[in-house]
Amino acid sequence: MPGQIDSGRGVSCFISSTVVEMFTVICIMLAGIAVGFLLRPRRIRFAGNVITVLIWVLLFFLGVEVGTNERIVKGIHTLGFEAIVITLGAVAGSCSAAWALWKIVNRKETDRKS
Amino acid sequence: MKGSLIIVGFFILGIFAGLSGYISIDALSFDISFVALCLLMFFVGVSIGNDVDALKNLRQIKPGLMFLPLATIVGTLAGCAVISLVFSHRSLTDCLAVGSGFGYYSLSSIFITQYRGPELGTIALLSNITREIITLLCAPLLLRLFGRLAPISCGGATSMDTTLPIISRTSGNELVVLSIFHGFVVDFSVPFLVTLFCTL
Repeated sequence: MPGQIDSGRGVSCFISSTVVEMFTVICIMLAGIAVGFLLRPRRIRFAGNVITVLIWVLLFFLGVEVGTNERIVKGIHTLGFEAIVITLGAVAGSCSAAWALWKIVNRKETDRKS
Repeated sequence: MKGSLIIVGFFILGIFAGLSGYISIDALSFDISFVALCLLMFFVGVSIGNDVDALKNLRQIKPGLMFLPLATIVGTLAGCAVISLVFSHRSLTDCLAVGSGFGYYSLSSIFITQYRGPELGTIALLSNITREIITLLCAPLLLRLFGRLAPISCGGATSMDTTLPIISRTSGNELVVLSIFHGFVVDFSVPFLVTLFCTL
């Protein structure tokens, strides 16, 4: 079945190109960390401003993408609801883990004292 | 808080620009946002590398508490995994990718948009903004329910900057160094975990 082979190749091509892109992005961040670390005696104050402006630009683009996508515009309230539910799960999970860690650390402490 | 409002403002402005039809997505090629993302990550890296001195006083922290970032990450992912069972139309990795923003809404939504499209990107933006807002508004409540580490854990990646003032007020000044360390590690994990869950 030649069709199937073709579609399989297409998918693997897509995946490998995204992996390469993501790898590029992470390497760029690591390079940035090295640069920031090496320049350390000097405070790179403008980095924060550059980050802020780039975030504005990228989120504006995201907004444009959302605004031109009819499906998302119609479903924005559902997306908002989903977002809040996921957040509640994340907050409940992380706070429970933090509570458990606090118990464990303080139990060790009292054991040592007694 | 003001900074977050401006960021949301730009997002909303973009939505209206898109709705008005003056700017079409063809005009903004995929590559522009990828280049901007690379620039952003470079400068995020620079600010992380440049800020290592903030971790100088790390030795004051009890060794066991150094596991707090890990607890936050594991707890968040576990919570999101449970939620993914409720949403039949969202895959496990979708929910985990959204949760891996840990309140760092700008970066996580941009990443997820790039790799999973604007729908999940919008969810990531809204979800992670909500996480920051919950931390800012509910820190005292979280303290009462889950103890002194909860506001830090809930703050996620923001525990080193935007939510630090409220954390120092509720959890106490002696946990400020831990909060900065926590934010640092979680912040650093965001691009890796989001990337991981977007590729799986």
